[in-house]
Amino acid sequence: MLAYIVRRLFAVVVMLLVVTLVTLSIFFLIPKLTGSDPAAMFVGKQADPASIEGIRQKLGLDEPILVQFWHFVSGIFVGRDYTGGGDSIHCAAPCFGYSFKTEQDVWTMLVDRIPVTLSMVVGAAVLWLLMGVTTGVVSALKRGTAIDRAAMVTALAGVSLPIYFTAMLAMFLFRTQLGWLDAKYVPFAESPGGWFAGLLLPWVTLAFLYAAMYARLTRATMLEVLGEDYIRTARAKGLPEPVVLGKHAMRSTMTPILTIFGMDLGALVGGAVLTETAFNLSGLGNAAFKAVGDRDLPVILAVTLITAASVVIANLVVDLLYAVIDPRVRLA
Amino acid sequence: MTAPLHETSAGASTATVDGAPADPGTSGTPDKGIQGRSPWKIAWTRLKRDKLALAGACVVGFLILVAIFAPLIVGLLGHPPDEFHEDQIDPLFGTPIGSWGGISSDFLLGVEPVNGRDVFSRIVYGARISLLVAFLAAVFAVLLGTVLGIVAGYFGGWIDAALSRVMDVMLAFPQLLFTIALVSVLPNELFGIEGSGVRIGALVVVIGFFGWPYVGRIVRGQTLSLREREYVEAARSLGAGRLYILRKELLPNLVAPITVYATLMIPTNILTEAALSFLGAGVKPPTASWGQMLSKAVNTYESDPLFMVIPGLAIFITVLAFNLFGDGVRDALDPKGSR
Repeated sequence: MLAYIVRRLFAVVVMLLVVTLVTLSIFFLIPKLTGSDPAAMFVGKQADPASIEGIRQKLGLDEPILVQFWHFVSGIFVGRDYTGGGDSIHCAAPCFGYSFKTEQDVWTMLVDRIPVTLSMVVGAAVLWLLMGVTTGVVSALKRGTAIDRAAMVTALAGVSLPIYFTAMLAMFLFRTQLGWLDAKYVPFAESPGGWFAGLLLPWVTLAFLYAAMYARLTRATMLEVLGEDYIRTARAKGLPEPVVLGKHAMRSTMTPILTIFGMDLGALVGGAVLTETAFNLSGLGNAAFKAVGDRDLPVILAVTLITAASVVIANLVVDLLYAVIDPRVRLA
Repeated sequence: MTAPLHETSAGASTATVDGAPADPGTSGTPDKGIQGRSPWKIAWTRLKRDKLALAGACVVGFLILVAIFAPLIVGLLGHPPDEFHEDQIDPLFGTPIGSWGGISSDFLLGVEPVNGRDVFSRIVYGARISLLVAFLAAVFAVLLGTVLGIVAGYFGGWIDAALSRVMDVMLAFPQLLFTIALVSVLPNELFGIEGSGVRIGALVVVIGFFGWPYVGRIVRGQTLSLREREYVEAARSLGAGRLYILRKELLPNLVAPITVYATLMIPTNILTEAALSFLGAGVKPPTASWGQMLSKAVNTYESDPLFMVIPGLAIFITVLAFNLFGDGVRDALDPKGSR
């Protein structure tokens, strides 16, 4: 078990390094290939040549990509000094880069946004897992009935709706027209009620999309599992139906769902760009969106990395959970 | 945030009634004797019975026609998509003067807030971008995924290990964020292409590039199991070369899963393109796209909800139609899926 975890953690680290290298390369190689100046992109269009030159030295843009990569990665652990153009900026660990547009280090810009994204995503995840799996199981058991058909049509509509459209519709209905709810982030410690009310719309909207996907997946998996021999065996030996379904069928059904759940949760924790943008919540994803408008590359880079990190870590956790759910999986 | 755009329901099925006889050999009508039916014919019979899938196909066909004949349709029923009609706008609030977003016989779907562009024309032209990008990206992803998936599955060994790792990394990659980062460093002119051409090309390449691992995984898995079958063994023992086996024995059996995946990939691509446009990383204005219209509507939907509803519905209907059709194709080609 321990050896497995160590091996997987090693793989996680390698994966994150690859993602970092590739993302960094995009920022430095594409401008080179297309003949524009990467340093100029970090300051903005109105910058004078001196400050562009300063940025070039600070970021070490003339150095090989691997050297820049090393500076970036070591900065995350020990902090980093940006020196050049006559001044020096210190960026304390964890240094995920420094935004020359806002003159702040990226971590400071992002750290306050993490609870916003986490609250939104975890709340929605609880909802969609309950809604999606329940709907899927009921649909599978009542296969071919009106309930099944209604559920599946709703689910298909759900996966065909862009989340930001649903978000705007919900806002228009519940805030503009009815005046019941607003989407805003209030810290839980400040007011638990406000936290709940402010996040209810984003939760339901986000959960609806994912519940639709999970209902489809659960139904298909459940139907497949119910056709397996061991289910027939369980029934044949006289086990009560709740045990057959709850204990035998549900275990296998949950395996693929857990896989997807890990990836989805990881990806969303790293930035629910669309949802946050549509609801105007200042989470990580919204920071990335704003950064696109300002062409603030270090912020985009940092959010990309945080997302990749949460996806691979969530995958690792899921793989460990497999051992608990599925007795056939032995970690060796 | 990759997942919401990708239908993760690789095996999800809508269990349509499958009335087609399972065994083609016994189903010939007695007076004509026994008739051979190819798997494609069987699939077609099944698809024809699936009303929802046919409805989806009709809508898809209609949308493709709209996209192709966009200039003609707009010429007949609308105003040029980039023409400003400030006379239709309330100068004080920037909202359309007419009720219901300014819908009238002149402006079929109303006008855009602030500048008064014809929403109908922009929706029609938006269909072009949406479908073009989605189709081309799907083709790109399917080609790349098929080739690399077959290579990984058939040759195995270190090639398989390397390709599988690459697929793993790509599936963990935050596609939307990465793409908006990439598009924001792209120049306006690239390889002699200018303006929206660069963006369209970039969108196709990026969406396709992030799509291939999904195809690749499926093709690899299929190839792995197919290459151990007796008929492949037979071909090999008769002295068939690797390329011959790939082309004549494996590829025909991969066409069905690839077709299913390609059909279901298009709606996902449409959603991705719209999402990127919504985030400002899609085609550049003034070229019209649905996602971009919705992103403008974020600021105005409280006073002019129709400008938000119309492009939203356009995306919804298009994606739903493709999904219905795709589900139908899957059920028709893969009867095992709806056991």
